[in-house]
Amino acid sequence: MPLKRYSVFAVAREALRFHTGWERAWRSPEPKKKYDVVIVGAGGHGLATAYWLGKNHGIRNVAVIEKGWLGGGNTGRNTTIIRSNYLQDPSAAIYEKSRSLYETMSQDVNYNIMFSPRGVMMLAQTQHEVRGFQRTAHANALQGVATEYVGPDRVKELCPIINIDGPRYPVLGALWQARGGTARHDAVAWGYARACSDMGMDIIQQCEVTAIRRENGKVAGVSTTKGEIDCAKLGIVVAGHSGVLAEMAGFRLPLESVALQALVSEPIKPCMDVVVMANTVHGYMSQSDKGEMVIGGGADGYNNYTQRGSFHHIEETVRALIETFPMISRLKMLRQWGGIVDMTGDRSPIISKTPLENCFVNCGWGTGGFKAIPGSGWAMAELMAQGEPGPLAAAFTMNRFREGRFIDESVAAGVAH
Amino acid sequence: MLTLTCPCCNIACDETELHPGGQAHVSRAGPDSGDDAFEQYLFLRKNPRGVHFERWRHAMGCGKWFHAARCTVTLEVFGTYSAQTLEPPQDILDAIAARRPDWQGFA
Ligand SMILES: Cc1cc2nc3c(=O)[nH]c(=O)nc-3n(C[C@H](O)[C@H](O)[C@H](O)COP(=O)(O)OP(=O)(O)OC[C@H]3O[C@@H](n4cnc5c(N)ncnc54)[C@H](O)[C@@H]3O)c2cc1C
Ligand SMILES: [Zn+2]
Repeated sequence: MPLKRYSVFAVAREALRFHTGWERAWRSPEPKKKYDVVIVGAGGHGLATAYWLGKNHGIRNVAVIEKGWLGGGNTGRNTTIIRSNYLQDPSAAIYEKSRSLYETMSQDVNYNIMFSPRGVMMLAQTQHEVRGFQRTAHANALQGVATEYVGPDRVKELCPIINIDGPRYPVLGALWQARGGTARHDAVAWGYARACSDMGMDIIQQCEVTAIRRENGKVAGVSTTKGEIDCAKLGIVVAGHSGVLAEMAGFRLPLESVALQALVSEPIKPCMDVVVMANTVHGYMSQSDKGEMVIGGGADGYNNYTQRGSFHHIEETVRALIETFPMISRLKMLRQWGGIVDMTGDRSPIISKTPLENCFVNCGWGTGGFKAIPGSGWAMAELMAQGEPGPLAAAFTMNRFREGRFIDESVAAGVAH
Repeated sequence: MLTLTCPCCNIACDETELHPGGQAHVSRAGPDSGDDAFEQYLFLRKNPRGVHFERWRHAMGCGKWFHAARCTVTLEVFGTYSAQTLEPPQDILDAIAARRPDWQGFA
């Protein structure tokens, strides 16, 4: 039975009957013996893949298998910055596709994801960054991505709480993407989960994949803590755990897992209505709708699966942000957490076929894949449905390192988020 | 905070005193190697959930490189040892085996 739609009438109806009529947002079925497609990982990217498999390709005999709770990985741990002002053409294409899908996602999935295109500003605080961002603005103009290089006066106008003439790194300008912004991360996962469930797909939580079964060089199925599940095609979409799953499938991926942290302050009155990233000093900040300042910084330097991070990174991040926003110096921090991010050498993702036939990977989003969820799912669904990548995914193969075709965003941005 | 003892100067260092250098015991591909060997050498690092062997540099101290054996899940340190070796020494392997009986071994 299809789910009831959320609407203003539904809210009014439920208000009149003491909210007794809301149904569960998605079903929690037991796994079937066999599916056409099994996706491992119910984060944003896995769920979006399932969603577009159903929407664009009519493949609905799909299970999404999650070892914890859906959205409990990096999707529920990130600082929700959405932008598409990347330097390289393949990046701009997939991130811009994604940003534009975010604009209509609440309507598409009938779930309010609170997309807020409030604008993203990346500060230039060295001459190198000034030239780099001007170059990116020109590249974006050619790619059809609306960005603009702005001077310090405009920076101050857009975000009055910035100290533009700080002692170490005065603000020299910024790359401004007015259509960038934020969205509610949990809602992105929940919205896709609900829409997938509505299409008849099974989202199976608390079910860990422990082995990948192979027959004659092809995927046969997965072993899980809820038993054996057969599948014709398998998608591995597990972010920080990609290396672990790849090992189960018998190959190695060009990425390493490290911790990335974020923290939020106590809620305060509205004081900034844009997202600001300061890459040179390594910190970024925005204000949530609840009033908390949402803060992130750099990733740790060594392999880690603990979902905590090193304390000194918090100190560095906070120090950088106090320099940039002196008014936050007395703010109390409420919560701090970490996520395990999968870092590739060129800081670009992998959406690819693998040495194992009918097994596909979507990973390597590292510190910046929340913004990419809808577009990544779109591209991964196309790859899995057709067996070959479409135009969005074509450049992001796992063999690009071996072939020297890097999509080098690490030099272009060199920062987390 | 992660604390490793530098085997060169025998000082217990906080991670802020150290610089991480990635996977240890990577063997360099020579000029005649094929694409596979170069890919392996340049890009395909181990990324284990569990026992890991790494290079670290005592950057804010004696400046020397050394190796450490560590668990990436618990951050437990099994030991540190000289960088002048192609494989982990036996006492380190024993220390790991004592703490992780299921460990598959260094390969
Ligand atoms: C602190 C922090 C801040 C960030 N800030 C930003 C930002 O501002 N903007 C941005 O664009 N991106 C940001 N990111 C990156 C972004 O969060 C990730 O790129 C994105 O969420 C990855 O989504 P995913 O669906 O691939 O992975 P996840 O959401 O991590 O989902 C993977 C899922 O796989 C499951 N799984 C793993 N192993 C198994 C198994 N064996 N069996 C079954 N399930 C398994 C996990 O439990 C997990 O739920 C940030 C990340 C962090 C950690
Ligand atoms: Zn030393």
